Amino acid sequence: MSDMTASAEAEIRLENRAWKKLKANRSALFGFVLVAFFIVIATAAPILPIDDPTATSWSAVRKAPSAAHWLGTDEIGRDILSRMIWGARASLMAGVISVLIAVFVGVPFGLVSGYFGGWTDQAISRVTDALLATPFLILAIALAAFLGPSLTNAMIAIGLSAMPIFIRLTRGQVLAVKTEDYVEGARAIGLSHVAIMSRYILPNVFAPVLVQATLTVATAIIAEASLSFLGLGQQPPAPSWGSMLNVAKNFMTQAPWMAWWPGAAIFLVVLGFNLLGDGLRDALDPRES
Amino acid sequence: MLSYIARRLAIAIPTLILVSIFVFVLQKLLPGDPALVLAGEERDPEMLAFIREKYRLNDPILYQYFYWVKAMLQGDLGISLRTSQPVTELIADKLPVTIQLAVMAMVIALVIGIPAGILSAVRKGTAVDYAANFIALSGLSIPNFWLGIMLIMLVSVHLGWLPASGYESPFVDPLRSLQTMIMPAFVLGTALAATLMRHTRSAMLGVMKADYVRTARAKGLLEGAVILKHAFRNALLPIVTLGALLFGELLAGAVLTEQIFTIPGFGKLIVDAVFTRDYAVVQGVVLCTAVGFIFMNLVADVLYFLLNPRMRSSL
Repeated sequence: MSDMTASAEAEIRLENRAWKKLKANRSALFGFVLVAFFIVIATAAPILPIDDPTATSWSAVRKAPSAAHWLGTDEIGRDILSRMIWGARASLMAGVISVLIAVFVGVPFGLVSGYFGGWTDQAISRVTDALLATPFLILAIALAAFLGPSLTNAMIAIGLSAMPIFIRLTRGQVLAVKTEDYVEGARAIGLSHVAIMSRYILPNVFAPVLVQATLTVATAIIAEASLSFLGLGQQPPAPSWGSMLNVAKNFMTQAPWMAWWPGAAIFLVVLGFNLLGDGLRDALDPRES
Repeated sequence: MLSYIARRLAIAIPTLILVSIFVFVLQKLLPGDPALVLAGEERDPEMLAFIREKYRLNDPILYQYFYWVKAMLQGDLGISLRTSQPVTELIADKLPVTIQLAVMAMVIALVIGIPAGILSAVRKGTAVDYAANFIALSGLSIPNFWLGIMLIMLVSVHLGWLPASGYESPFVDPLRSLQTMIMPAFVLGTALAATLMRHTRSAMLGVMKADYVRTARAKGLLEGAVILKHAFRNALLPIVTLGALLFGELLAGAVLTEQIFTIPGFGKLIVDAVFTRDYAVVQGVVLCTAVGFIFMNLVADVLYFLLNPRMRSSL
């Protein structure tokens, strides 16, 4: 009992130290602010006093930024600011949901692979190797092509492409902790495999998975934008930053502002997740003093 | 040495088999009758019967896979529905263009990434280090298709320095080839340069603390010699292997770059194939990329072996 209290206290101390380190890291805070800004904007999109993102106006085709349209209008007179805000929903949703798919499928496979070892491990590891052998974007393009182009299919494709990273990461963590005394102890008192994995091993996997998930959201947002840019993600007229850039590339001389904003938004939100992920890694790494 | 390569090859074989299963299964994801989908607009019963016969669609799935692999091993990746050309021929046509782009991007990435990483490690904690880190992180965060569009607007549209699109073989007109490829190569190389910079910095920081570096300094060697001859040479090991691995990534990154700059390469081939529902080409490109990636992994392993004296002596 006292051991458990001591271990709980140690965990709280680690959490407090990590939180303090994260708060002291200015880059990570800047990343957090960027991410929070886009989340707030995306969440508030339905209640913000902005134009309908799909409403066209033939009298306002390709208008430069002005008081009426802060970020200008596109090739069929739609307000770019409004499409940017609604596009943030698609980008963030794609980033987060695809990573959730990767985590919820990848972590259990990694746990099983590392914990049981032997043939199970061999089989899962070889499948992971094969998935890793196909570059992320090529696999996502192929899956999106065969499943059909849509935002949902893009998220599934990105999630499945990102999954091997989480299998490998979890497996590595499990191998590192499964020989620890407390795991041996849990086995000795007759706990089931599921109980040992969920109660004693999974908590050790949490921190590295959280760091990797934050960094993978950044990659997934770029992947979604890339698929939408190629026409394999969000379908028109629904807005997404990638598809806005796909159209903008045809009007580079007549309406350059159509390309400025969506790209800048992707850059900022991805930078935010990368800075936050780097900060989390430093904060949660026990070797960093 | 040969036995080491043979062992690595033996490990690569199950991966290759599984990749081939994935690529084969992709076709099975298509909704409806695969013969109808593969035939495209064609609805002629004779054509459908020919497709069913060619892909053995009436046979059990295991037979279908077996015959597909057999054909693949003989270099038959199917026929493009769009151009009626063999997929192998199409890939062989486009691949050199992408390899040229990838090699140029790799050179740019090495020229920017490695010196920046060394400088950042040597000046750790200074403004140079912070700036290099911020630029590297920005390089990783910038979508390369947006960077491409911005560069076209600036360099081609406003300044008129370089062509915005097109391709010329280096064997026909080397100067024109360089002019058309330098901007796409820069766009493709940016993220890679950022990754290389971060790894070089971290590898350099690791070796700068080593005893032999301290000894080199104690001997009174010039700082430049300590950094380049003693520290960098040892830090090079993980960087070289990473470079080989990233080369595979470049093939994937080329998809978007080729699309923006209208370069008729491997990446543009897969995107065009997706939109024309030319599934044999999509499968062929995915398979070739995976094989290329596995091959580069093998190269990375062999390079690691060749560059690391401790591994050589362990044999």
